[in-house]
Formats: sequence, structure tokens, C-alpha cells
Amino acid sequence: MWVETIAFFLAISILLYSLLAGADFGAGILEAFAGKDRREEQREIISHAMGPVWEANHVWLILAVVILFMGFPKAFSALSITFHIPLTLMLFGIVLRGCTFTFRHYDAVRDRSHRYYSALFVISSFLTPLMLGVVAGGALLGAAAPLEAGFYAGFVRPWANLFCFSVGVFTCVLFAFLAAVYLIGETRDPAMRGIFTRRAMIANALAILIGVTVFVTAEIDGLALARLFAARVVSVGSMISATVILLPLWIAIRKNRVQMARVLVAVQVGLVLIGWFRLQFPVIINSQIHPWTIYSAAAPEPTLRYLLYALVIGSVIIFPALIYLLKIFKLSETERA
Amino acid sequence: MTDLFAARSQMAISLGFHIIFAAIGIAMPFLMAVSHWRWLKTKEAVYLDLTKAWSKGVAIFFATGAVSGTVLSFELGLLWPKFMEYAGPISGLPFAWEGAAFFLEAIALGIFLYGWDRVHPWSHWASGVVVGISGVASGLFVICANGWMNAPAGFDWVNGEAVNIDPVAAMFNRAALQQGLHMTLAAFCATGFAVAGIHAIGLLKNPASRFHAGALHIALFIGAVAAILQPLQGDRLAKQTAVLQPAKLAAMESLFHTSKAAPLIIGGIPSEETQTLRYGIEIPGLLSFLAHGDFEAEVTGLDQFPREHWPPVAVTHVAFQIMIAIGGLLAAIGAWSLFALWKNPAWLHSRKALRLFACCAPLGFIAIEAGWTVTEVGRQPWIIYGIMQTKDAVTPMPGLVYPMMLFTGVYLLLAFVVTWLMVRQFRHVG
Repeated sequence: MWVETIAFFLAISILLYSLLAGADFGAGILEAFAGKDRREEQREIISHAMGPVWEANHVWLILAVVILFMGFPKAFSALSITFHIPLTLMLFGIVLRGCTFTFRHYDAVRDRSHRYYSALFVISSFLTPLMLGVVAGGALLGAAAPLEAGFYAGFVRPWANLFCFSVGVFTCVLFAFLAAVYLIGETRDPAMRGIFTRRAMIANALAILIGVTVFVTAEIDGLALARLFAARVVSVGSMISATVILLPLWIAIRKNRVQMARVLVAVQVGLVLIGWFRLQFPVIINSQIHPWTIYSAAAPEPTLRYLLYALVIGSVIIFPALIYLLKIFKLSETERA
Repeated sequence: MTDLFAARSQMAISLGFHIIFAAIGIAMPFLMAVSHWRWLKTKEAVYLDLTKAWSKGVAIFFATGAVSGTVLSFELGLLWPKFMEYAGPISGLPFAWEGAAFFLEAIALGIFLYGWDRVHPWSHWASGVVVGISGVASGLFVICANGWMNAPAGFDWVNGEAVNIDPVAAMFNRAALQQGLHMTLAAFCATGFAVAGIHAIGLLKNPASRFHAGALHIALFIGAVAAILQPLQGDRLAKQTAVLQPAKLAAMESLFHTSKAAPLIIGGIPSEETQTLRYGIEIPGLLSFLAHGDFEAEVTGLDQFPREHWPPVAVTHVAFQIMIAIGGLLAAIGAWSLFALWKNPAWLHSRKALRLFACCAPLGFIAIEAGWTVTEVGRQPWIIYGIMQTKDAVTPMPGLVYPMMLFTGVYLLLAFVVTWLMVRQFRHVG
């Protein structure tokens, strides 16, 4: 009971990190494709949209890490060892993204340095979700080999494969899709809205294409993903719902119902994640050495109990504050257009 | 370079980098809140300018601190997976609370930085205060976890496994409170003096500036109060260390041999080989008095511990001496500054005083780095004192020198850029 509740909080943290911080990374990815067409304006909109919220959005990841190492320490340890390299690259991306974004916004002088900030901001906006997806793929694939098998088998092969990178690219595309739809509501200029709508369309098409690729590469790397998927009602159901919901989503975008579109795209991407959670459940990390499930990796009960108290009390403080923040910056000036 | 040494270096660099940003993140919101309060009360534009100028610095430092803190939460696992496997369930609780506090801090900061014309002025002011309070809380929680490494509690160690886990007892371990107070005061002291020093430079260039004068007074007041309290708090922490970690205290003081009426040693270079200290000044009996409140008391020396359990004596000793010297100096300058603020603030504006403040700007942070070195190096070879050695906690991944070089490069670059940005901000407003 304790274990499932803590695992639920872990899933919620990952879900909210993806829906909130994911969009911040997606916005950085979209900036790469801003083209020459009103690039500076797009950049302004993205900075304006991310500024007040990105740090709060980022904390969901820290929460997920804390839940992992306190609630499921053995799985955290195994993940940290096997995925040392992609996690290190992800951290590299997190540091550069956060710093360059802030430097760009607060640098008192505007000069050539802004080109470097922007370049690093865009690159790290790709790198971080790519590596996040790579690790997620690796945790499902379970190719981690015992240490005696050598460096390559133990620390590289578990993630350096087609499947993991497909999941990584899929994560990037999904985040870009989220960002594009969210950003429509950040501007009242119909031409700018048109730009973000087109980005959303492209990202949506790519998400479907790369989603299929994930299933193909899984088979190549020896994971019967389609069969695993078909065996789980929740996964199949969320996949179908995610597809169906695209229709009202695009109607909402067409009709300029920006808040409705935001909610629908969040539900859409959320459903994809729920499908993945069910696929993974109850395993945290698959591996040839020792797969760790939420049950086998769980900390003793007193730890889980106090962790849950902290999470519940924390939520009571955090959620009203978070809603207040989003209300001030995300609900007040949109929709009126 | 061995993998263990690479891992320790990476951890040291990451923490050494983060601790500066964390300390600024703890203290700076309060400086800002004072200035902001004055603006709202007096409507003197200079305080609005000051609040806005400081808030830009806070935004840069907070973002850098937030992401470098994230790196640390992962690095605990990436570099020390065995440690986290044991420590996570026992002493993870303060991290959970730290997460909550940090969350609140990030939300409040978003409202503060971007909410100038969106929320009621006093709600806006309050959001700035919430940033500060949650920053202090975050720091205290993290120190609870660090205190646990120095004074493990809340479990029984049976055949290399932790049983009877009590996360609350682990969180409120015996080292937590004293270490937490010491670090919090250090944050206020270092930040106060650093900000005062920067605005002292501004006043040297432009003596008539009301902007810099206002900033100097606020920063100096906060830094000075913390600097005066710090030696008193440091004394309590040292007394506790004498009980909880006698080997650390012995290394801090280069006390190789257990002795009664042990002398306090000032300066000097210890040699582990010959177990002697050269060039130090000895004050007879004072260490016994400081550690145990009695000039004749016996103080445990390193000879009570097997050689392989000694911390690196020279590093610990020298770092401790640096911290004490700076702490003493800043306390003295702080006392004089408070006296001047009370008697005649014009004294603070003499060129000599301003030059002194400018020179003191980096000292508090040097003391923080030195103090952190004392507590971390002084705990070696243990990662969990008396329970688990650092060498047994390191990840089996080979080639750790590469991530170490990557993060060293990134942090050097960021340190350079942040410094450069501050200079640009300063020139812009000055």
C-alpha cells in the first residue's frame, strides 16, 4: 500500500515534469526552427513564456530523484550506475539550459554574447530531453550487463542503441509538440499564432512517425514492445484515447480556444506517458543483472511512511502556491484575445 | 588519477561551486526585502532601483544555484551509488523537505521577479520574503543530511545492513542544528560583506551616490550582525565536534598526541610523517578550554585512532586556520561597522574604510569554502562517520576522470561568465 502510493507520487512527478518542464525544453527546441521569419519575436515570446515558471517546473525532476533515492534506493543506485553517461550528459544539458536562459534574460548589455547564450540554450534544450528519453528507453529495454562483461556491455550498450535513441527523439518531439500548442496562447498576433500552429502540426506528424519507429527499433534491439503493449489494457486504452483526443485538440486550435487547446494537449501527452507507466509497472529498471521493481527496491516501511507525510504536506503547501503562480502568469492575459 | 580521487574531486568541485550560489540564495532575498520595504514605506526611488538591481543578481545566482543543486542530487547517485543505497532510506527525509522548500522558493521567486506590476505591492514584497525563508529552510534541510554523515543516527548497523530505520531521528541528528546555524550565519556574513564590498567600490568611484550608500548600509548591517554571532556559534560547534568527531577536531588543531592542557595552535604547517607541527604559535591550555570548558581537560589526539582512519591533517588544519582567521577579522570589522552605523555612519564612507570593505568582499566566501573543506575532508576516510568509508561507496564505473573534467570545465566557464555578468550589471547601474 505504502509502496504503490509512493510510486504514484513518483509517476505524478515525472508526469508533471514532462508536461511543464518538458514544454520549456520544447520551446528551446522550437527556437532552433524559428527560421528567419520573425525569429526575434519568437524568441521574445518563448522567453516571456518560460521566465516566471521554468524554475518551478524544474523542481518536479528534483522531486522525482528524491522519491527515487529515498523510496526506491536500490533502483536509484542501479540506474545511476548503468546510465552514468547519459545522465551526466543530461545534467550537462540542464546546467547549460538553465544558465544560458537566465544569462540571456538578465545580461545588462545586448551584444554578441547573446548569440552564444542562444546557441547553447537551443543545443541543451535538445540534449536534455534526448538523454532523458534515452534513459527511460534503457530502463525498459533492460540491456544492463554485469560488471564482469566489461565497460561497453555494462555502461554503453544498455543505452547506446537504436531503441533508446528513438525514445529520446520521441521525447524531444513530444515536448516540442507541447510547447508549440502552449505557445499559441502566449501571443495575440494571428500571424505568430499561425507560426506556432504550423510548428504544432509538424511536431504532431513527427510524433506519430517516430512513435512507430520506437516500436520498430524495439524489435530490432530485441524488445517485443508491440506484444508487451498489446497485453496491457491500460496502455492500449491510453494510446487509443491519445489518438482520439487529437481531433478535439485541433478543433480547439482552429477555433482559437487557446486554454482549451492547452488542456487537451496536456491530456494527450499525459495519456502517452500513462501508457508508458503501465508498460513499465511495476519495474523501475529492467536489467540482465537484477531487475528492480517498486516492490523489490522499496525502502523499509518507516521511510516510506515519512516520505509520504512529507509529500502530502509538501503538496498542501506547493499546489496552492503553484496554482497562484500559473494563475498570475498563464491565465490572466490569454484567452481574452 | 584514480577513479576514487576523480569522484572526490568532481564532488568537491560541484559542491564548492554550488555552496557559493546557495549561500547567496539564502541571504540575498533578505537584503532585497529590506531595500524593498524601504521603497514601499518611504517611496524613495533609490530603494526601488536598488531592489531591482539586486533582484537581477539574485535571478542569475538563483538559476545557477538551482541547476548546480540538481547536478548534486544526481551526482550523489552517479558517484556514490553504494552510499545512496544505504543513506537514501535513512537520511533522505531532509532532502524530501528540501525539495518542498525549494519548490516554494522557485514559485515565490517567479512571482517576485516577474510580478512587479501583476500583484499587490505588499503581496509582492511578501513573495520576496518567502523566497528568503524557504531558502534558509532549504539550506537547513541540506545540512541535516550532511550532519547525518558526521553524526549518523536513526538506525542500527547489523552485519553491514541498516535495520530499525527511524528517518526522523536521522534527520534531527546531533550535528544538524549546530552545523545548520553555522552555515546559515556564514551565508549571511559572506553575502553581506561581499555586497558591501561591491558597493564600497561604487562609492569609491562615485562618493555622492545615494544608491551605493543605501546598499552599503543594508548589506553591512546584515553581514556585521552575522559576523559577530558566528564566532560564538563556531565555538559551540567546535565543542560538539570534540565529542562527536574527536579525530576531526584533532586534525583541525594538528593535535597528534592526546594531552591534558592542550594548547590552541595558530597557523603552522603539520607533518603527518613526523607527527609534528612547524611554525605554529601555541597558546597553552586554550584548546582544552575551548573544547571542554576547562584549561586542564584532556583532548583526544590523533594517536587514539589507527593511522588509516586519520583525515588528511594538513588540509584540514590549514583550511581551519583560514576560516578562523577570516572569521575573526570579519567579526572585528563587523563590530566596528555596527558601532559606526550607530555613532556616525560617515566613518564608513572614508576612503580607507571603503577600501577595507572592498578588500573584504571575497573573504566570507573563502571562509565558507575553507569551513566546508574542514567538515568534509575532516570526516575522511569516512563517508558515513564510523560506518562506511568513502572508497567503498564509489561507483564501479571506470574512467571517472572524464566526467570530472567535463564538470570542472563547465563550472570554470560558468564562474567566469557569472563574474563577468556581475561586472556588466555593476557598470550598467553604476
